[in-house]
Order: sequence, then structure tokens, then C-alpha cells
Amino acid sequence: MSTVATPAAPPRRRRRSRLQRRQTRLGWLLLIPALAVVGFVAIYPLGKTIYYSFTNQEFLAGIEPTKWVGLQNYRTLWHDSIFRTAIWTTIKFTLITVGFEFVLGMIIALVVNSNFRGRGAMRAVMLVPWAIPTVVAAQMWKWMFDDVYGVINDAGVRLHLLSHSRAWISEPSTALASVCAVDIWKTTPFVALLLLAGLQVIPRDLYEAASVDGASKLQQFWRITLPLLRPAILVTLIFRTLDALRVFDVFYVFFGNRPDTQTMAIYDQTTIVGDGHVGYGGAVSVAIFLIIGVFVVIYVTFMRVTGDE
Amino acid sequence: MSTVAEAARTRERPVSRGRWLRRSPWGRFLTKLPFWLLIAVIFVYALFPFYWAIRSAFTPDGEQFNTPIDYFPKHPTLTNFREALSTSTFQHALINSTIVAGAVTLISLLVGSLAAYALGRFRFRGKSAVLYLMLSMTIFPQIAILGALYTMINDFHLYDTLGALILSYMIFTLPFTVWVLTSFMRGLPGDLEEAAYVDGATPLQVFYKVLLPLIAPGLVTTGLLAFIAAWNEYLYALSFIQTPDHYTVPLAITTFVGKSGSSFQQPWGQIMAATVIVTLPLITATLILQRRILAGLTAGAVKG
Repeated sequence: MSTVATPAAPPRRRRRSRLQRRQTRLGWLLLIPALAVVGFVAIYPLGKTIYYSFTNQEFLAGIEPTKWVGLQNYRTLWHDSIFRTAIWTTIKFTLITVGFEFVLGMIIALVVNSNFRGRGAMRAVMLVPWAIPTVVAAQMWKWMFDDVYGVINDAGVRLHLLSHSRAWISEPSTALASVCAVDIWKTTPFVALLLLAGLQVIPRDLYEAASVDGASKLQQFWRITLPLLRPAILVTLIFRTLDALRVFDVFYVFFGNRPDTQTMAIYDQTTIVGDGHVGYGGAVSVAIFLIIGVFVVIYVTFMRVTGDE
Repeated sequence: MSTVAEAARTRERPVSRGRWLRRSPWGRFLTKLPFWLLIAVIFVYALFPFYWAIRSAFTPDGEQFNTPIDYFPKHPTLTNFREALSTSTFQHALINSTIVAGAVTLISLLVGSLAAYALGRFRFRGKSAVLYLMLSMTIFPQIAILGALYTMINDFHLYDTLGALILSYMIFTLPFTVWVLTSFMRGLPGDLEEAAYVDGATPLQVFYKVLLPLIAPGLVTTGLLAFIAAWNEYLYALSFIQTPDHYTVPLAITTFVGKSGSSFQQPWGQIMAATVIVTLPLITATLILQRRILAGLTAGAVKG
């Protein structure tokens, strides 16, 4: 492709410009393995999935010859009430967890950002939930939520917060909340650490100058902390939202593919691997991709609108 | 550190709890007790589930399924650990996961550091396009390509093999590795490199003699993060692996039936022992490398 040296930096000597040209060629050479891998395991399969979504491809061929079916999969998907439920479950989960994680994470970040003895230990403690595999965390909580021997029921009854033990996971009214609790526990510390890193690059003098000028702590938070933290906040929110929208592990460990508590990813996985409907599953994949894309567009627009400084 | 201005804040009168929370960076100057209480709550919240896994792992079955439950094992035992470790599925899973995560990490670091060298130290047209491609790949929903990967893996006769996982895990480890290593490469000062060029070193020599040693800490961190990501992966493992002997750790943990598993009660003691066994190394490594991990994880977020 373009192996022309960038004119950005005018070379001081001829030797350097030759070096520059050589570096350009070498640069692309060094990128070949990475681009080949990404092309082979991500971009090619993505194209293939999109193609499948217009066919009646089945995993086990031979039942019916594979043929082009146009938009038929998408038409079926539009009226697919199970998928619609899955979309709502996923969006509810996303809004609840990202909201809680952001507010709690911010509180924790502000607390840990103050200078106190044991701050290092606190940060280490916050990494523990993050380091625990999601599936393992889900199992730990599933045991804690156990309807008979679970510690949550036991502690709740002993502290008179609960009148009786509940089947948190199997009761439809608490199923979503229980799965959110796992995600919030596992991810809030991580959100806090990201925000904390952002807090720590805000110069302390700003606060001192502001308090000399008579600004209250609240004003300082709204006028200094929040604006300067905005890049960190936006990046954190974007990554968390996109992560939550593709949630699979916790739901699968808690509910398997129970229809009323499926996420979009679980429905897709069940369609493709469980039922072998690769073509229809492809349409589901494309739909998920588009839904996630909508969220990305919302965030990027929001960043543009508020980002002019 | 405490300046006059900060000292002055200690004399302010306490405010309502709601406002105090919002003012928490100065909370300890206002009143220390609520601050330490809050610290304690965060501490317990973060650690209690893990404590509970440990306590259940040490609790013998007889006490495990008793109500009211004990918050500390009365007769701590290693039986659960012994039984969990002696199930062949779990043994295989530990080996399988080590092979998969190890291979994925090594390949990602090798391929990724070459790419990061180009992206972090060279100037050429198309560079930022590649960087954006890698960044968008890090948020790529894995589910979006499940169908195509499923048929590809079947076509290559990789179904139900560890190779299927090593191949598919590159989707999330490689772009991430490239992205983080690029930020490490960029952070290096140019002088050493220039000096090496003046001495007649080739770019490749500069890469492995000058730059790689300098970003060694970055390699360790990135490697650990890639290893953890691969170690934890569930969706592809669930989709591409069928035989219990080829299970990875997450599959084994979710399908645990235990040595003497009955169909009525899940062997929670053994499951918790298994979770402690697979989590402890990760937590230990994370804590040892915590500073660097934080740097690696927050590299993107802070610089925005």
C-alpha cells in the first residue's frame, strides 16, 4: 500500500530520509503477522457471519441444501419474541449494572483518593474481585444465593432484613437483581480504579487555588473534579456499557438458557451451537452488532457534543 | 502534604451524610470515623465473597449443609481440596487451561510486540488506521462471529481441540496486547534508539537489543492480562469443546459433579475448593504486579 514516508517531519539529512523510507517499509512488514491474525480470526469471520445471515445455512449440512434466502432471517427475527425479551433483559442489565458501578465506583474512587494510611492495601483489595474469573465469581455467588444453605438468606434473616429465605435465582422477581449483584461486585472496584487513575492526574494546586477563592467542596467537585475527569469517565462508561451488552457468563452460569432470563448473547449461542441454525444465528449476530453499534454512536455523539473545549 | 488550607478544613463543622459522601476526598479531615467505616464497608464488600468461598472450601460436608450456618468452619478440613484435585476432569482442566492461556499469551506477545514496535516507534502513513482497527477490535463482541468461527473450526477439524481455543482467543488477546504494548513503546525516550542507530544498529537489532529489554515490565503486565483473559474465557470454550477431558477451568468449574457427587445436592464444598485453587494464583500474581497492572489497565482510560 502506501509506503511513502510521511512529510510531517522534514528530514535534517538525506541519510535520515532514507532511513525513514526504510522504516516505513519495515513498519508494514512488522504489522503483517498481527494484521494477518486479526484478518483471519476477526474480519473474515465477521464477513462470513454477515453472509450466513442471508442464507439458511445449518451446521449439519445435508438436511436441506444451503441457499440464499435474502432477508427472510431478518424478517423472522423481527417477529421473534424470545429475542425481543433477550434484548430487554440485556438492556435492563446494562442500565442497572453500569449505573450502580459508576456511582459506587465514583464514591470508592473519591474515598481512596484521599491520603490515608493503608491506601496501597485498599487498592490491592480492590483488585481481588477483578482478578477472579467471571465464571468462578458467578459460582461463588450462586452458592451464596442458595435458597436453603446460602449465606445471603441466613444473614438476611438473622439481621431481620428478610422475613424468610428466598430462592433468589429461580424466582423471576429477583433473578435479574441477583445476576446484577454479581456483576456489580466484580466490576465496581475496576471502575473505581479507572476513575481513581483519572483523579490522580488532577493537579492538587487547582483545589488549593479554588479553596483560597472561597469555593465550597461541592463546587470544587462540580467545577474541577468532574470536568477534568470527563475523559476517564467517558472511556469507563463506554467500555463498561459495551461489556455489559455482550454479557454471557454470569447469566449462563445462573440460569443456563432459561428463556425468560436469556441475554442476546445466550440466545445467539443457543441458536448457533445448540440448534445448529448458523444462518439464523448469523442474523442474530448482526442484530447484536447493530444494537451495540447504536450505543457506540450515542456515546461518540455525546463526546463530540460536550467535547468542544 | 497537609497544607494550611487543608488544615483549615478540619475545623469545618460536620455536614449531613449525603453531602459528606460527595465531599469524600476531604472526608477524613471533617470527621474520621465515618470515613474509616466507609473504608471498612468497601473492604468487607470486596473480600467477603472470596472469604465465603474459602470458608466453604474448608468446611466439611456435614457442616456445609446445616442450618443455621456457621460463619467460620468449626472443624476445618482439607478433604474438599483433596477431592476436587483428584477428579480427573479438574486435573485435565488445569493442564488444558495452562496450555491454552500460555500459548495464547506467548503468540500474542510475539506478534503484538512486533506490531507495537512499528506502531509505537515508526512514522508512516496508515499507522493511525491500524491503531484504530486494533482499538475497535478490543471492544469487538465475540458473539458476533461465533457462527462463522464454529463452521471454520469444524472445517479445519479443530472442533473439540485446544487448537480451536488458541486460535479463537487471539481475537481478544492480540488487539489488546498490540494496543497496550504500543503505549509502552511510545513512552520510551528516543535517545537510546538514536544512539544505537548512530552506532550502526539495524532497526531489528534496536528492537530486540534496546527496546524489548526496556519494555520488559510492560511485557510481563500485558502477558499477565492476556493470560487472565484467556484463562477466564467461557463462551468459546462452551461452544467449541465437548469432551470433558478437553474442558478448560471455567467449563470444569461450572459442570463440577465432584468425586462423590449426588444428583440431589451440588458438592458446593468441592466446587468452592476448586474456585479457590484456580483463583489463588491469579490473585497472587495480580497483587505482586499490582502497580504495573494498574498502569497497563488505565493506560487507555487516563490518556483518553
